[in-house]
Amino acid sequence: MSSIVVNKEYRDRQKRKDALISIFIGTFAILWILPLAWTLYSSLRPYIDLQVNGIFSFPETLNLDNYSNALRRMNIGLYFTNTAIITIPAVFFTLFLGSLMAFVVSRYSFKANVALLLFFTAGNLLPAQLIFIPLFKMYLAVGDAVGDRRFLYDSHLGIVLIHVAFQMGFATFVLSSYMKTIPKEISESAMIDGASVFTHYFRIILPLLRPALASLTVLMTTWIYNDFFWALVLTASDSKRPITSALGRLTGEFVTDYNLLAAGAMIAALPTLLIFFILRKQFVSGLTLGATKG
Amino acid sequence: MNSTAINDRDKKVNRRRAFSRQDRFTLGAFIGLPTALHIILVWIPALATIALSFTYWTGIHFSDIRWAGLANYENIFQSTPLFWEALKNNVVWLLWFGLIATPLGVLLAYQIDRQIRGHAFYQTAFYIPVVLSLAVTGIIWNFMLRPDGFVNGLLGRDSLNAVSFFGDDRWNLYVILTISSWRHIGYIMLLYLAGLKAVDSSLREAAALDGATEWETFRKVILPTMRPVNIIILVITVIESLRAFDVVYIIYGTSGAQVPILGTLVFQNISGEGQSMKGAAYATILFILSIGPIIAYLRTTFKEDVK
Repeated sequence: MSSIVVNKEYRDRQKRKDALISIFIGTFAILWILPLAWTLYSSLRPYIDLQVNGIFSFPETLNLDNYSNALRRMNIGLYFTNTAIITIPAVFFTLFLGSLMAFVVSRYSFKANVALLLFFTAGNLLPAQLIFIPLFKMYLAVGDAVGDRRFLYDSHLGIVLIHVAFQMGFATFVLSSYMKTIPKEISESAMIDGASVFTHYFRIILPLLRPALASLTVLMTTWIYNDFFWALVLTASDSKRPITSALGRLTGEFVTDYNLLAAGAMIAALPTLLIFFILRKQFVSGLTLGATKG
Repeated sequence: MNSTAINDRDKKVNRRRAFSRQDRFTLGAFIGLPTALHIILVWIPALATIALSFTYWTGIHFSDIRWAGLANYENIFQSTPLFWEALKNNVVWLLWFGLIATPLGVLLAYQIDRQIRGHAFYQTAFYIPVVLSLAVTGIIWNFMLRPDGFVNGLLGRDSLNAVSFFGDDRWNLYVILTISSWRHIGYIMLLYLAGLKAVDSSLREAAALDGATEWETFRKVILPTMRPVNIIILVITVIESLRAFDVVYIIYGTSGAQVPILGTLVFQNISGEGQSMKGAAYATILFILSIGPIIAYLRTTFKEDVK
């Protein structure tokens, strides 16, 4: 704190102004969560109740029926399993390959280091629309080559691969800037002791990366969980869809019972909301580490 | 910076060190695997799209590909009014984000960073939309805006006289922009907030003691110190406005006919007009428009490394 005495009058004026600003932003914040709160509220009421009594009526019943119905009728378990099959390996390999890249680029000086980093980061900023037509054909061609058309297209493997290839740029960038904060002396003494590159990475660097990896895991899980572009263009059968893109289809099917859909949406939102609330610190520091993401 | 000194020393160490055969293999694999995956799945398809934009192709047999020259582009520029309409919408999108949503996010970050009362709650409230998936966002906003939804209820209109937010040309674009801003503002806020944490708070106190008003402090002290973050946020705003697609998709489906934007035109021409590669041409136009911002982003982030 500064020891200089701040003018009292100035401070009072500032206090009044701050109170006003706080009220203003507070109103705005309530407006911000209103859509979510409203959907949550609707998901707890039977649709018929709304139709008969109007949407602003006092609720006659509030229960979890919509939720148990949604779980039963929407096959949500299957979609969640698909999401897990896609998200877990995708996050793991993105971080693993990204950390390998970052390790070499920041610990061994080759001429191409900066160029490689630039290249990876640029790739991460490309619009997905620029990639998907040939990628789609490529997946089909590979499928034909191995004798199973659904080897990459309409398969979880294909979605995992494109996520890894695409998001790796961001992971590499974040991890390499994090590695700059690890003293070079640690690496130097390892090399002097005759540690192989392999040992150097697995025994020395990887354990030190743990905080950055934790933050990135949280961030990547949220992104890949929420993705629906790739799941949309690369899957054909409904049974392979992850929860988020399945929800898009269910919107059409359950249009007559909207509150059921609200319950479905809340169930789908739950994992990311939980991650955000429990691991908020990692979430925010992940963004700070990388500064940004397009 | 003393990092150059460290680099120099490193080079000397390196020159003397020879890698064993095993190490060379490990290093090769460590770089090779990720690079190969990235090139094969990201860059090759990207370049292929650009090449395909100069061809006619039904997309079935590779032997069917025929050279089209600039025909796809001529078609787009000269006889596709939808393209100009989409471009106009993207410009409106950019202006809306650039003049309203992004500045609002920055402003919120600035106030929240001053730790005004309730700042932790505000931060959470504004960030929640960013962690929700778009499919969920679509359903949530449908609840707000459909004929028997919240807003129409508030306006006192029943389903028959309801304002058709999703069907009326006057509202379409602004509905989409509202939903997008709901996410964008929180995102910008958090990014800016992260940057503000690094600003020395004594700078601000000094400005206040000199009698600078809040606005002057923000303009003359905060903005200049935040220059790199400002550029990044600007770039993100431009890139997001260009490649926007998912909100339109989730509300209107692939056709996106109600609100044509560049990001959805790419899809329309994939299945529709089977023989041209107009979709690829749209994607290429999108790419060309994003080159500028991408370079600006790379220059800002890698300024020190390149030196």
